[in-house]
Amino acid sequence: MRIAMTYTRLRVEERMLIDAFEDLGADVTPIDLRSVVFNPASLGDWARYDAVFDRSLSLTNTLTSVRILESLGMRCINPLHAIETCADKLATTLALIRTGVPTPEVRVAVESEPGIEAIEQLGYPCVLKPTVGSWGRLVSRINDRDAAESILEHREVLGSVNHSVVYAQEHINKPDRDIRVFVVGGNAIAAIERRSEHWLTNTARGAVAAGMEITPELADLSQRAVAAVGADIAAVDLLECPRRGLLVNEINHSMEFRNSTTTTGVEIHRIVAQHTLDIAQAHASQAAGDGGIHPVERACDAPVSGERAGSAGAPSGEGALA
Amino acid sequence: MSTETITATCPECDATVSFDRAPLNGEIARCTDCSAELEVVSTDPLTLELAPEVEEDWGE
Repeated sequence: MRIAMTYTRLRVEERMLIDAFEDLGADVTPIDLRSVVFNPASLGDWARYDAVFDRSLSLTNTLTSVRILESLGMRCINPLHAIETCADKLATTLALIRTGVPTPEVRVAVESEPGIEAIEQLGYPCVLKPTVGSWGRLVSRINDRDAAESILEHREVLGSVNHSVVYAQEHINKPDRDIRVFVVGGNAIAAIERRSEHWLTNTARGAVAAGMEITPELADLSQRAVAAVGADIAAVDLLECPRRGLLVNEINHSMEFRNSTTTTGVEIHRIVAQHTLDIAQAHASQAAGDGGIHPVERACDAPVSGERAGSAGAPSGEGALA
Repeated sequence: MSTETITATCPECDATVSFDRAPLNGEIARCTDCSAELEVVSTDPLTLELAPEVEEDWGE
């Protein structure tokens, strides 16, 4: 199998994945997205790959590349719809609500004045989050109306247009930890707890990770959450609510795991690589049976030719097309 | 595979930064002397720059 692994910065995770692909006998080509020119009308030399495995650190670059490649029939991991849903906290919330997966209560407004009302419907304290963002950046716990007014004004004046959406989430009075479950191919394969005395329990903010048992409830909830967003591979963050039990907080489509392999004893990178190869194999078999690569079908798309594209639009990233 | 160590100079403190295999463009490394986070910006010649600050759309 020939896998293109797109990236923008090559971190420990990407190195671990390259090694895992090579150990499994795959032909993996790391491609630095920052040096690529796409032709949206043609796969060009991308057609030599059986699948594209996205590991870009930049969401913008991920969305740009996967939109083009998937539209041209390339199987991308994760699929575009899953990335779009995971990347946007409101979209994730909607997917979880639609599928009955328990998640914290949320209120949404598009202006500051109803934003205060949204916050007060939940009560203090509550949590304000940018709908798009990661690693706990700009996530704020709002303890009273003064803080709410202040944060909303700052966001209105200093933030980008995306920050004008008020996404307020109920504050969960959790123990000093949250839980992350890694789900690959529909199966929960590993779980960690992230402990911190700070209310934010992102490891990017200094929380300490430790492996934990995957209980049947954790497995069930995290697998349902990943199914709700349609991801092949994802990490599900869960909170323990004293009243409602486990709640799915967020789902990450391009997970970090460098510390989780040692703390859980699970070779997450190897399982991820193997699942990617299985997907690529299935897609290649399907394409061979159908006589070519077909654009991914979505209900809103007009019919598109399934003919394999020509030779323009070559990837030219580091290590590409050697 | 060659076991030869590949080296470059830390742009922050001038120390030698070693790679145990050929680095790729965009690879992140840390200087063991000054702890600066570095990025490979060229592989031929091997050149390092300080890794960029986290951007708004970076994440998982």
